[in-house]
This record gives sequence, structure tokens and C-alpha cells, in this order.
Amino acid sequence: MTRIRIRNGRVIDPTRRDEVIDLVIVDGRVDGFIAASETGEFDREIDARGFVVAPGFVDLHTHLREPGFEDKETVATGVMAAVAGGFTTVCAMPNTNPTLDTAGDIEFVLAAGRKAGKARVIPLGTVTRGEAGKELSDTAEMAAAGAVAFSDDGKPVYDARMMRYALSESLRHGKPVVNHCEDPAIADGGVMNEGPVSDLLGLKGMSRAAEDVMVARDIELARHTGGRLHLAHISTEGSIRLLRRAKRDGLAVTAEVTPHHLTLTEDWVVAPGGQKNGEGRPAAVQYDTRAKVNPPLRREEDRQALIAAVAEGLIDAIATDHAPHRSIDKDCTFDEAAFGISGLETTLGSLMKLVEAGQLTLPDVIRRITLDPCRTFGLPFGSLAVGAPADIVIMDPEASWTVDASSFHSKGKNTPLDGHTLRGQVVMTLVDGRVAYERGGA
Amino acid sequence: MLKTSAAVNGHVTTPSAVERHPWTGRRHVLDLDDFSRDEIEEVLRTADRMKDVLARPIRRVPSLRGRTIVNLFYEASTRTRVSFELAAKNLGADVVNIAASGSSVEKGETLLDTARTLRGLGADIMVLRHPDSGAPYTVARHTDLSVVNAGDGLHAHPTQALLDAYTIRERIGRIEGLRVLIVGDILHSRVARSNAWCLARLGADVTFCGPPALLPPTSVSDHDRAPWPARVDLHLDHAVEGVDVIMPLRVQLERQDGSRLASLRSYARDYGINRARLARAASHAIVMHPGPMNEGVEIDADVAHGDRSVVQQQVTNGVAVRMAVLYLLTAAVRAAAVTDAEEAQKPAAKSGNATNGRKA
Repeated sequence: MTRIRIRNGRVIDPTRRDEVIDLVIVDGRVDGFIAASETGEFDREIDARGFVVAPGFVDLHTHLREPGFEDKETVATGVMAAVAGGFTTVCAMPNTNPTLDTAGDIEFVLAAGRKAGKARVIPLGTVTRGEAGKELSDTAEMAAAGAVAFSDDGKPVYDARMMRYALSESLRHGKPVVNHCEDPAIADGGVMNEGPVSDLLGLKGMSRAAEDVMVARDIELARHTGGRLHLAHISTEGSIRLLRRAKRDGLAVTAEVTPHHLTLTEDWVVAPGGQKNGEGRPAAVQYDTRAKVNPPLRREEDRQALIAAVAEGLIDAIATDHAPHRSIDKDCTFDEAAFGISGLETTLGSLMKLVEAGQLTLPDVIRRITLDPCRTFGLPFGSLAVGAPADIVIMDPEASWTVDASSFHSKGKNTPLDGHTLRGQVVMTLVDGRVAYERGGA
Repeated sequence: MLKTSAAVNGHVTTPSAVERHPWTGRRHVLDLDDFSRDEIEEVLRTADRMKDVLARPIRRVPSLRGRTIVNLFYEASTRTRVSFELAAKNLGADVVNIAASGSSVEKGETLLDTARTLRGLGADIMVLRHPDSGAPYTVARHTDLSVVNAGDGLHAHPTQALLDAYTIRERIGRIEGLRVLIVGDILHSRVARSNAWCLARLGADVTFCGPPALLPPTSVSDHDRAPWPARVDLHLDHAVEGVDVIMPLRVQLERQDGSRLASLRSYARDYGINRARLARAASHAIVMHPGPMNEGVEIDADVAHGDRSVVQQQVTNGVAVRMAVLYLLTAAVRAAAVTDAEEAQKPAAKSGNATNGRKA
């Protein structure tokens, strides 16, 4: 029997507990909570004084790139990045090469995750074979093999008929269809948000309407089919408006938002930090490809609408859309650059900005990256209930640190936050009661 | 890799400069949005002197002898490329012209690798034309070449705007207070963007006019946030009233797929510059065009070749203005190098200054 005691931490277990207390782990499971004064025999005692102890983070949207794009990320490097960022479970997107279309593909990623250890890896399967949008994948077979949801992420399911029947299929297995909502005809090859910055820089804009239109379509299809819809990384005020209506109508619709859409705006494309000079114009134009992401960073109004929606509980989950790329994919012109931000290792520090700004509370933030995402995808994690797997993060909410992308565990060093100072750092991550990451450790 | 913002944009401040030349600290000409009025006027003054040089029997001065200028063009171009080539040669520089077709670009070499290779071969200044907006910024950020933007995507064409300003001043005598109307496909026009910065900085009142789908989206639907110093008017017959300068833009036929524009006929009817419309402008009004022209679409042939047209003058002035830009940029870079060398010789007096993004 292995017994671990985490001492003196502020334990935040969403909807259950927020107090300074000691947490006891026995054989990889949460055994209970005891007062600091209680004594006992433990194999290891971890001092968490001044730190927060919470369920390990759960990411509904991670690109691990394996199989096929191992030069960008592997399951092994991806889970290292995950636990360094406080994540104990990551849901791996199926836009690999080949795409995850069959039970065998799902089993491959599950096996790669088991082999890598560290964090739990749970794949999604595709909605359509090869993400080509032409014929449905056998989602029921993949669900039985362990797929948690289905998505053609990276691309939308463009054909409305295909989306309709994919939602119908979801009734067979209850797993959500996750759509990347973007009408390609409206997005029209855009590379950033359409607005004053795209006008200024002469970059092709993606209208917010491209997202709003497809969110509206998918919500109506969910209404008509009764299917289970999850909206990936929504980014616009319009999507929030549509989501509110869908939830009010009682539809089986959930949604996630990313840390970057909550904290950054289109101004970051001009230059890191989006600084402006006295005339309100950008001080130094840089065409920062690291801020190129899809959906694009939007306007401040959109950002504020997303934050408000997280605060009121309309948004079900904060998900990273961790999208690692090689340096060559970003050291090029803005048009040529790949979309995506490497996000696992900066999630906590990014979200703490919103806590510092007084817009979200720390318990809110924790809930949206633990309990709520687990409920969204039906995962049995995200809480510190007695008997639950001891997937735990210990974090120092006050620690200030400077992002050095070159030291990321992820192969993807692509973040516009490189060189920026963040507050809030992961001290230790435990999965099944085993230490998977320790700050300053090996 | 140079990462500081100072190195990326045009300017690096030199605190020790006593008599600051307007171009002091400039390393690149990427767009005119970071140009002061003084800097632009310095170009116009210098271009006057270059015009004098061009009027001599031997149209050459040795100012750039020993310097290597590379013209790297990823898009087709006649006037801009030849104009830059002649400008550099007139100043005594060694000039290398590279077109993307026929070079290693066809083997998949990236822009940055090509730029580093050319730097390794001894290029001092790169004149870059590229279909991607911001491409010159990418080269400026990742190499230590001096970069002159010869047109990047939809973004900027600073030397075109400078030669336009020069031509307006030459014909009308001033720019301050003039009303300038730029007509057509503003959305896809790097010329319109750079002209707006340049002419507004010189005190002109700039208006963009075109069909809504060919205007930058913020100009139409979110006007308070439109980033340029330009008004917007959707109706040419109204906008043209009393203006001093009319600049129809080329309708980029290669970009028209039928979704933004019903037909060229529809365009010409409502946005073409013809005699009747010209008559509504000021009596001294001039007509400019960045070329190449689609006669009968954005401009009628009789206007294009009429006595108000300054199209030929624009082309001719292009050489003098580009000579001025290359001359001023070389002088600024050279001065910065001298300053750096002097700084380097001072024993650790200002060690904190050594890392401000300038190269030694």
C-alpha cells in the first residue's frame, strides 16, 4: 500500500471543496482529507503550503500529431508538455496522417499513450473518412474502441448533409460531434480576423460571419436531429449569442473556448503584446506568425464576450487547441505560415491573467479545465471525490515566470507569449497518484 | 536573429546624434506608415537633385559604388523592376536582378533561405517584390539585410507612393491642403494604402472611393476603426466634385471571380474615370495611374492619354525617387555603422547600449 500526503495546500475541488486541508492518496486514489494536526504513516509527504491543490486539468482539444507528423509533436513529447502544464488527461485530435478513421487507429493512439505514460491520452476519431467530408467514418466502432468524440478538426464538416447524419449517428453512441465552425466560402482563404488589423496589414481577413453562420447551421441541425453537438474553440460574440439561445432551448449543445482567445486579440498579429504607440497605431509592425491561429484572434469585444460567457457558465470548457508546429512552419511569410499555437504549457499562466484582472475567480478557472470538460465529454475524471483516481495538480498561483519557448517540453515552440511574463505556475502533477511532473525536476 | 522591435521597424534611435538627419537610424523602407513628414520631404528634396543628375549628359554619380543591390522579384513587373535597376545603376551600385522563376525558388527554396544566401553572396540592400503581405518584414526581421519594399501583396508599395507625391508636387506645386481621390479596388491595392499614409502625412485630404465589396471591410462597415487617414465615399459622382488629384487604380482582373463585381461594364459605368467625371473635378486637376492601365475599364483612353494625365511623368519620376530612396538609405545605414564602430571603441562606457538591436 502506497500512502501519500499533500500537506497544507488550499484544496480546490470544483463544486465540493475550497479549504486548506491535507489530502491523502492511497494506491493511486483519493483516500480522504485530514486536518494538519492529524498524524499517520506516509510513504511520501508533499508540502503544498501556499500552493493550490486541484484536480489535474483535462484538455478536450490537443493536437499530438502522431501518427504522421512526428516532426511537430509525438504522443511522448505531447504528454510531457501536458503534465508540465498541469494536464493529466488530453483528448487527441484525429487530424493525423493517416487520420484516425477506424477502431485500429484509435487503438494505436491509446497504445502510444499507455507507452508514453505520464498523462492519459484519449483520442477522438474522425467524422468523415480522411476528413475528406465525403463519407462517414464508423463512429460507433471507434466509440466502442475508446474514442471519446468525433471531429474533422482542422477543417469544418462543410457538407450540411454529412453533418446532419453525423449528428444522427451520435444518437447510437452518445459521443459528441465536435465541429470546427468555419464556413470556408465566407472565410475565403483568410489568414487572420477580418477587421482593422487585416485592413492595416493587407492580410486576407476571415469574417466573423464564417464562424457565426456555421455555428447557427450546426445548432439547427442538432435541434432537428436531437444529436449531440460540441462546438470547438468558438471565438466570436455571435457564437456566444447563438449558444445562449441553443442552451435556453435545451439542446444537447456544448462549447469550448481557448486560453488564447480569452487573453489575446488580433492586435497581437501586428506585434507581440499588441502594443500601440501614442497615436493608437501599432508601434512596430511585425506580422507575428506565432499569433496566426484558426479561428483567428478576434476583436477585444469578442474576447470580452467570451470571458463573460465563461464567467456565467455558458461555456462548458476551456480547451487548449494545442497546435505544435516546426520553426520552419512559422519562420516564413504570414500567408505561408501554419495556423496554430503551442498552448499546453502556458494555459495556467494565461488564465491567471483573467483571475488577476478580476474577471474570473480561481475556482471558476479550475472548474472550466477540470470538472466541466469531463462532464462535457463524459470522462470519469476532474474531481477529488474520495475514490477518484489521484490525478492532481499542485500549483503556485503567485509564481511569476518568463515564457521561454525553447525550453518547452512540446516540440512546438510556436507561441506569441515567448518572452512574456506570466503568473501562475505548475509545481507538481500527479497521475494515478504517481508524480508525472515536478517543477525544476527531471 | 534580430528580435528587437527597433530592428524590425525602420527606426533605431541614436541618442548621441547632434544634428539629426531626417533618415538617421533608418534601416529599411517597408512602408510609409512609420515615416515622418520630414523624412518624406527629404526624399522629395533629394529626388530633385537626382532629377538634375538625370538631366546631365552622363546620368551617373558614384554614391553607391561598391554597394550591391539585389532586386528580388516574386511577381511580374516592368516599371518597378526596371526603375529600381536604373536607379541603382545611376548611383554606381552593383545590381543583381533575380526573378523567382528561373531561380532556386523553383526548387522550393524558402524566401528566408534565398535572402540569407544573397546576403552571404554580399548583398547590402534587398529590393523585394512579393505576393505575400508582410514578406519584406519577414526578411528584415530574420536577416541583417536592408530591405526596400517594392510591393508586398495587398499591403504596401512605398516607393510608388513617394513618386506619386513627387509628381503631384511637381505638377501642382504643393501637397498640403489638396484633395486627393483614389478610386477603385482599394481592398487589393497596396498603392492606395501607401498613398494614404504618404499624402495624409504631407497634409492632403485623401478619399477612397469604390464599390463596397472592393473596399477594405472596416471602411464600409466599421468606419470608426478603419486604420487609414482616409475618408470613404461609395459614390464617385459625388466624391469627384472639386478634387485636385484623381487616381484610378487598376482593376485586378486576375482577382475578379464574379463574386465581388458583377461585370467590368458595371464597374466602368459607375467607377470609370471619363471626360464627364474629370470635368467635375477642379479645373487644374490631374489624373494619375500606377499602371498598368485597363483602358476603357477604370480609365477611358482619352483621359489616360489626355493633357491632364501625368502617367508618363510618374514613370519618369520613379527613377529619380528610387535613386533618392537608395541614396538616403545607404547613407543612413553607413552612418549607423560608423556610429556603431565608434561606440564599440569606447571602453565599456555605454555597454547597455550595445544590445539595442543594431548590428555592429
